[in-house]
Amino acid sequence: MPSMRDKFTATTIDLLESDPRTTLVLADIGASSFAGAPRVHNVGIREQAMIGVTAGLALSGLRPIAHSYAPFLIERPFEQIKLDFGHQDLSAILVSIGASYDAAVEGRTHQSPGDVSLLSTLPGWTIHVPGHPDEAEGLLRSAAAGGDRVYIRLTEDSNSTPHRVEGLVTIRTSSAPGATVIAVGPMLDRVAAATADLNVTLLYANTVRPFDRLGLAAAATGTDVVLVEPYLVGTSAAEATAALSSRPSRLLSIGVPKIETRRYGTRHQHDASYGLDIAGLRTRIVSFLDGGRGGQ
Amino acid sequence: MISTQTITSLGYDDIPRLMSLMTGDEKHSVAATSTLDVIWTLYDRVLDVGPDRVDDPTRDRFLLSKGHGPMAYYAVLAARGFISPEVLRGFAGHDSILGHHPDATLIPGVEIGSGSLGHGLPIGVGLALGLRAQANPARVVVLIGDGELDEGSNHEAIAIAARYGLDSLTVAVIDNVSATQGWPGGIQERFAVEDWATTRVNGRDHDAIAAGFATPHTGRPLAVVALVERRR
Repeated sequence: MPSMRDKFTATTIDLLESDPRTTLVLADIGASSFAGAPRVHNVGIREQAMIGVTAGLALSGLRPIAHSYAPFLIERPFEQIKLDFGHQDLSAILVSIGASYDAAVEGRTHQSPGDVSLLSTLPGWTIHVPGHPDEAEGLLRSAAAGGDRVYIRLTEDSNSTPHRVEGLVTIRTSSAPGATVIAVGPMLDRVAAATADLNVTLLYANTVRPFDRLGLAAAATGTDVVLVEPYLVGTSAAEATAALSSRPSRLLSIGVPKIETRRYGTRHQHDASYGLDIAGLRTRIVSFLDGGRGGQ
Repeated sequence: MISTQTITSLGYDDIPRLMSLMTGDEKHSVAATSTLDVIWTLYDRVLDVGPDRVDDPTRDRFLLSKGHGPMAYYAVLAARGFISPEVLRGFAGHDSILGHHPDATLIPGVEIGSGSLGHGLPIGVGLALGLRAQANPARVVVLIGDGELDEGSNHEAIAIAARYGLDSLTVAVIDNVSATQGWPGGIQERFAVEDWATTRVNGRDHDAIAAGFATPHTGRPLAVVALVERRR
């Protein structure tokens, strides 16, 4: 199966060749994949200027896409993102690879569990966390056709099947009023497996900003809510809490812990050490639903 | 080519009066005047812009990257009819469109907001690339300060602009010798080493400034270094 990155490359080349408004800005990473495509600007290893140039292309009337590794695309030039898009009232599509720790062997420098939380401090950004390569393609095509500020966070991970969703979609409904479990992006298959025999309503989202507050309020029938995100723990906790503000509720947030990790290895080993594999998810969710803290 | 001046009725001699309509702290007012003659000359003799065509795709683009001390800029915009002189009176008030740093979404004819240094030149590079992709011959002029040149993002943009041969891009550097560590060898060398066309002019001499912006630079971006009094 082609990866999200493969889908991004093929879809972007198609957009560049078919839509004269589309343009792509790179900072070396990924450049060889786009050789020969029109309106591709590789600015070299210059991430600050990459964002400024992307904004300038938008100012000229084009629909730019900027692409790099998540820490270099979002964290390093963050003030450029804040001012050159939002404050200038300009729009672009930012597409990252690497996710929280796809490149586990590269170490902390190439890991970005905080990107979604950081970008969420800015108004006006739509943040997509696709869970399948086909979702990545659909979200990119929609973003290219629109005019919003959009971040698409790609990963090497994938669920087995794609879902076409806007906001929260119900994967499975509890038989009686029970807990609600929200899986974001590539966490869905693991969360589904971890909760297969539990009486829970399972929701899925690949768009976390704007967060579907109304959808959560409508779908949640019990007091217990579990939010499982593939990046920094609690990134959408305030959104979930706000969605449920009119009633008593308990929230368990599961995600990547805020630690200065110095581990290499594989992303699967990182998942296991953070309790984000099937066994770890199950242990924490069952503990929480039994009235415990769920490892929080 | 200069656009028809339909609304303009004020000249350079009116600038001090217009600036006196604004109040601001001394730090900003000193910096403001360093840019005055270059901005005035750009609007009077260089840029193809006008208040009647702020959305015209073919207009030239002036990007004030050095957003600190914008009173001279605001005064020129008022003199050229982009904003009413009356607006100047409310300078930096809660309801004013004019702050200590300009906001492009509030002020007619202002292409970018600025204030945080080092943002305008990378945006200008992208703007010039985008206009070129659309076969739009409009000129892009970015004004920065010699202190602002400290920001590394400028040096990223200087290299990129030269590699892409962006001859529609011109940078005006207002040099009031304010950079803390200075620029040994001269500011223009920072551009020349990247194969920009460069020139150095008296930043108070309108004829020299206009001639500087007319420096031939086919296939290369142009840097005009405008020397003004040392900042005290």
